[in-house]
Amino acid sequence: MGKFKGVIVVNHERCKGCNLCVAACPLHLLALAEKQVNPKGYHYAIQVRKDECNGCASCAIVCPDGCITVYKKKEE
Amino acid sequence: MTKEEIMRPENLVYKKPTLLNDTPMHYCPGCSHGVVHKLVAEIIEEMGMEEKTVAISPVGCAVFAYNYIDVDWIEAAHGRAPAVASAVKRLWPDRLVFTYQGDGDLACIGTAESIHALNRGEHIAIIFINNAIYGMTGGQMAPTTLMGMKTSTCPYGRVADLHGYPLNFTEIAATLEGTCYVTRQSVHTVAAIRKAKKAIRKAFENSMQGKGASLVEIVSTCNAGWKLSPEKANQWMEENMFKFYPLGDLKDTTAESPTH
Repeated sequence: MGKFKGVIVVNHERCKGCNLCVAACPLHLLALAEKQVNPKGYHYAIQVRKDECNGCASCAIVCPDGCITVYKKKEE
Repeated sequence: MTKEEIMRPENLVYKKPTLLNDTPMHYCPGCSHGVVHKLVAEIIEEMGMEEKTVAISPVGCAVFAYNYIDVDWIEAAHGRAPAVASAVKRLWPDRLVFTYQGDGDLACIGTAESIHALNRGEHIAIIFINNAIYGMTGGQMAPTTLMGMKTSTCPYGRVADLHGYPLNFTEIAATLEGTCYVTRQSVHTVAAIRKAKKAIRKAFENSMQGKGASLVEIVSTCNAGWKLSPEKANQWMEENMFKFYPLGDLKDTTAESPTH
């Protein structure tokens, strides 16, 4: 089985910073922004470790607000 | 492989369902309602029922559900959603009719309507969000509140002498003749969410196939009402709620031939 590479896009405006995606990511790639806030005043989720995502979509599935879009492609 | 090469429409694996619109949801951060809304929107899309769904919203936190999922909605009086759903389904048997209710709506003020709609075997699906508290009004004790659980109206914990015992509504529903599918699920992990999605889908299909009433209880968190962070609330739910509300199917007669 080939390795998959994934990319996630977080809708920062919609994110409420609940931290559930951070807890759900099996590779621990996500964190809440420490200093930046969105217009609602929440510390939104960001991907802190790039290039390691395998596109499993765990973060997007648990997100209560549907803020995360996931793309996944098999590595050639 | 660059980011742009991966971010192409053919590589898309997950996005917010189109039926769930861009209106910001009023739910607290980490609320289970959002996940269930997302599942409902996904399932309606997958079933191709976007134009043929009538949903009934309750009174409670989910009262504004009609603002978020783009199907036809009716807002029922407090607790009367199953009665309204019964009427809609009888008049429009080809529509997917479901109610979306919390524990205060379904298991307290609407107990009579819920039990009788289920017992009549109306071909509706009921989604029952059980977070053991009145979330919308400020975290008061609900009939489903666990023994010893602290809420704003029982700050020293629920005690039997004063408050009575918690109501396990789903178990009552499983004993009724009219129900065809009664299950209890949760949405705290990816695996649980996938199972909950299958359960809701099955309930919706039962409604369309006229097999009887289906009840899907979702054991949920109310992190604001429980005064916990969303992660801690999930943990608390696993440790305490699942003891009294164990997950799994309580009744499933759908494999047998339909009664009507």
